[in-house]
Amino acid sequence: MTPFKVTIIASIVSAVMLGVVFELIRRRRLRERYALIWVMTGIVLLVLALWRHSLSTLAGWIGVKTYPPSVFFAAILLFVLALLLQFSIVLSRLTDQNTTLAQKLALLETEMLERGQRETAGEEPG
Amino acid sequence: MRAESEHTDLALPPEIARMRRLAIMPAYNEEGSIGAVIDEIRAFDPDFEIVVVDDGSADRTSKIARARGVHVVTLPFNLGIGAAMQTGFRFARANDFDLAVQIDADGQHDPAELPAVLAPLLAGEADFVVGSRFTGDRAFRSSFTRRLGIRLFALIVSAIARQRLTDTTSGFRAVNRRGIALFAADYPHDYPEVETTVMVVKHRLRVMEAPVRMRERAAGRSSITALRSFYYMFKVLLALFVDLFRPGDAPEEDA
Repeated sequence: MTPFKVTIIASIVSAVMLGVVFELIRRRRLRERYALIWVMTGIVLLVLALWRHSLSTLAGWIGVKTYPPSVFFAAILLFVLALLLQFSIVLSRLTDQNTTLAQKLALLETEMLERGQRETAGEEPG
Repeated sequence: MRAESEHTDLALPPEIARMRRLAIMPAYNEEGSIGAVIDEIRAFDPDFEIVVVDDGSADRTSKIARARGVHVVTLPFNLGIGAAMQTGFRFARANDFDLAVQIDADGQHDPAELPAVLAPLLAGEADFVVGSRFTGDRAFRSSFTRRLGIRLFALIVSAIARQRLTDTTSGFRAVNRRGIALFAADYPHDYPEVETTVMVVKHRLRVMEAPVRMRERAAGRSSITALRSFYYMFKVLLALFVDLFRPGDAPEEDA
């Protein structure tokens, strides 16, 4: 069982994390789309902190008996890797969109300039 | 796609002639229905200008709309319904329209119901009118879970608005100049319908519901799949909850 002090500290840290996420959404610094994962993470961490048998129980289910926290570390590591992959995907999409935007803008500018030149040329006949 | 016979006596009131009116039609891969919807709006009221906001469709949506001579704004890639609608409202504000109506390109919204949705705006009784599938005696059939979700949102929004609202997820809605200015300035991203209603209330604009009948979509499929329903619920509930802790915005002035 987790020592009482650790439970308190872990709970406070999880609660603060949830609070920070909430404040970021409130200030419109974080879109709800991306908030989903962080709210879930905060809730899971809070549950793990408050449920004092969590680590040994969860480790027992998987069959780890020697060092239960290793399950927690492994899970966190996988989660962070998944998040990084997700960010890379989003970053790739943003890069593609940025390219498309730049091309569209440049083409529009060319079209506008050439149209302007045609009109100027048309105004001076002979 | 024919208008119900019982609506034929409904016509737009004469004062609408002085109003510059715009139908904003967000469309994402709606080549199967968009042409008919445009024709229907025109048949109903030829002076209704139409702007199609093509949200990065891969099909001929923009081409079909452009061939009919309506305004077409083609977004370079899919931005989502919220950003597409805001594009429409920015078009409305930039071009000085008095009224803007959202009409989905899938044929769900019957232009014959326009008088019901526009009447409170024309009478000066509301700044924002939502065509509700639940008010009045016109029934709306849908799956049980979906109705449950719609009811839950209606309950929450009614409490926030201190006013009975029955259908906050309806996409058939109309705004006057104040509404256009507000939505051009700020509009939610994903699944925006519920939040916009709360936004309007917070900016002290007047909300009203008008009973309308909606049709089955003429083509395409609903974007709400089972997997997305969870995100829909989560996103909207989170947004509504967080919004309770935002300071009340100042009333939007007519820009």
